[in-house]
Amino acid sequence: MKKSVFFGSLVLAGLAAGVAGASTLDDVKARGELICGVNPGLTGFAAPDANGNYQGFDVAVCKAVAAAVLGDPMKVKYVPLTGETRFTALASGEVDMLSRNSTWTFSRDTELALDFVAVNYYDGQGFMVNKNLGVSSAKELDGATICIQTGTTTELNLADYFKANNMSYTPVNIADDAEGQQKFLAGACDSYTTDASGLAASRATMPNADEIVILPEIISKEPLGPAVRHGDNNWGDVVRWSFYALVAAEEYGVTKANLEEVAATTMNPEIKRLLGLEGDMGAKIGLDNDFAKRAILAVGNYGEVFEANIGASTSIGLARGLNAQWTQGGLMYAPPFR
Amino acid sequence: MSNTSFVRNEMLPPAPPPVSQTGLVKWLRENLFAGPLNSALTVLGLGAAIWLIQAAAPWLLHSVWVADSQNECRAIVQERWGPDATGACWAIIRARWHQFLFGFYPMEEYWRLFVTFAGLLLAILPVLATSLPRKLLWGSVLYPLVAFWLLWGGSVWGPILTLAGFGLWAAVFLALQVRLGVVVAAGVGLIVAAVFWIYGVDPIETGLQSVLPFALPEVDSDQFGGFLLALVIGATAIVISLPLGILLALGRQSDMLIVKSLSVGFIEFIRGVPLITLLFTASLLLQYFLPSDTKFDLILRVVILVTFFSAAYIAEVIRGGLAALPRGQYEAADALGLDYWQAQRLIIMPQALKISIPGIVSTFIGLFKDTTLVAFVGLMDPLKGISTAVRADINWKGIYWEPYIFVAVIFFIFNFSMSRYSMYLERKLKRDHR
Repeated sequence: MKKSVFFGSLVLAGLAAGVAGASTLDDVKARGELICGVNPGLTGFAAPDANGNYQGFDVAVCKAVAAAVLGDPMKVKYVPLTGETRFTALASGEVDMLSRNSTWTFSRDTELALDFVAVNYYDGQGFMVNKNLGVSSAKELDGATICIQTGTTTELNLADYFKANNMSYTPVNIADDAEGQQKFLAGACDSYTTDASGLAASRATMPNADEIVILPEIISKEPLGPAVRHGDNNWGDVVRWSFYALVAAEEYGVTKANLEEVAATTMNPEIKRLLGLEGDMGAKIGLDNDFAKRAILAVGNYGEVFEANIGASTSIGLARGLNAQWTQGGLMYAPPFR
Repeated sequence: MSNTSFVRNEMLPPAPPPVSQTGLVKWLRENLFAGPLNSALTVLGLGAAIWLIQAAAPWLLHSVWVADSQNECRAIVQERWGPDATGACWAIIRARWHQFLFGFYPMEEYWRLFVTFAGLLLAILPVLATSLPRKLLWGSVLYPLVAFWLLWGGSVWGPILTLAGFGLWAAVFLALQVRLGVVVAAGVGLIVAAVFWIYGVDPIETGLQSVLPFALPEVDSDQFGGFLLALVIGATAIVISLPLGILLALGRQSDMLIVKSLSVGFIEFIRGVPLITLLFTASLLLQYFLPSDTKFDLILRVVILVTFFSAAYIAEVIRGGLAALPRGQYEAADALGLDYWQAQRLIIMPQALKISIPGIVSTFIGLFKDTTLVAFVGLMDPLKGISTAVRADINWKGIYWEPYIFVAVIFFIFNFSMSRYSMYLERKLKRDHR
């Protein structure tokens, strides 16, 4: 960080406004560092560990892209973004990409000029209640008090759902997940509603976890995915196919551990194209042919990333559900590498 | 008829005062049960205090300091104090205290923070304690550059050349002051220094660095967090906003139309807008006007706007002090033949500042606490930013009160010291006989 840059940029500010628009891929390569917008703290998806290094399911996407573009998953600068600042930070060029559990919606895709390149986690809003309440379905929550985060899509979904089912509720407004969990445990509300992944993580840490149930109804679709600026399609392709490389790798059974072995022995042309042994795939998006191989080696395939951060082996213990491969009845479906 | 008149001829032995007029009972009667209303309030207050202690004491007494996760804390509490016991899990602080204090600053560079903090104490000592030799103040003036270099690292020549720019400014000012007056000379000096900073520093720094390489590893701004961030923003804003506020207060009282309207406009605009709006401007809007590849540091942007914010308030506090000075003080200064700046420096400001001390310090305390608002623009403040990040670890998810209490205690220590110091200063500077 240079002081003179501060002064210089102040002066240049007026002159150079609007120069933005050069290719993000070239910027990232020239900088030698990917700037990735992440959640400042969401269990399992993005959070700094005791040494200050970001870890998580969303963070793995940043690492995969950095490995594909720069050859090193560590060359990422993580910018923690709040719900209010995330889209503006991307639009103004402060970050190269967003991997921050953002729901892909019509207006965000169009009006906010974002491009969601893929879906890395299919989430949905659910309800958590205490068993004592004697409720086994969200349809029985008529008249309940519900803890709800203000200013989020979950608030709107909740209102829609209760209206559609002709029920009423009393909202208890909370500011963040920690407060919601605390209020729910203290009995300030009958039910706590947020994304099902968040509910599962909260439940795992509650002292009376056996008495808490997550109701079966999922009342919204929350496809969460990485996003880039609208208009820089080449950069969008880079992020999209770096991610799909991980999904495809799982489908074809390529893991971090067996990658070299598979590369040496495989006869499957699709795998060969994925790993850069055939077809000039990398060159078509401005990278070299090993980009997918590097991404997989950096973080593992999609299934490995899932298991390591939020899967059944972690204390969060999320099931694959909708996020299983399409061959396993899920929605993870990488377009062909051809 | 007998004479039964009685004349006492010895003194009554001294008796102890009645029970109700002495010791504890007297104190209780006077202070706690002086009437029906006071008695009722005492009982209510006592009830509230007992209720609070009853609610919090077991929780605090059952504290766990050593554990690897919240679940482990819970298991320990239940093992020691029974299955229904609840207890504070301070293990979260033990595991992550360094992040609450220093954010994500690299651990092997922590010594730089300790040196910087020790330097801060040394640097403010001559400012706070007037009995020390005045020459030490030059050390305090140089300290910010040293601190900047220590905190962010990089080549040592950067801060030295920045300092040289200030030297250039001072030299131009001294050379031109007699001919052009204070304000114009300062302005010309600033322009010369700015040209040097923009075009001179970088090439010279690169040159010097190649000849005499001496540098600390660079630390990026986004690794700052916790109380380190609060102190960097707070201390910088406090130090710069006081002189800026004085200038604005003087500007507002000036007879010159442009100076006056600019000062009034600045003060009223800044005071009319919430701090969060300014922070969002700093974090989001500015980036639109800058080329996308410039790295105009977010902390610097926030510091600038927090400084402006606090300067506007300081200006109004000092204006109050100026208004409290009798007209005769200004006239006396004129009668002595002092010019405007001399009069301000020697007669007006010392008195106006003394009157304003409580207001200035409470503005500073407010400013220091307001630094936690930077969480809204994604900076890692100790209260929300770091707490959220730490709670996102599945091991510590669901821990609610402990981080807040820890951060509150540290804030209290800082703010209480500031407040005590201001009271000491008021007593020391007291010149009247009220």
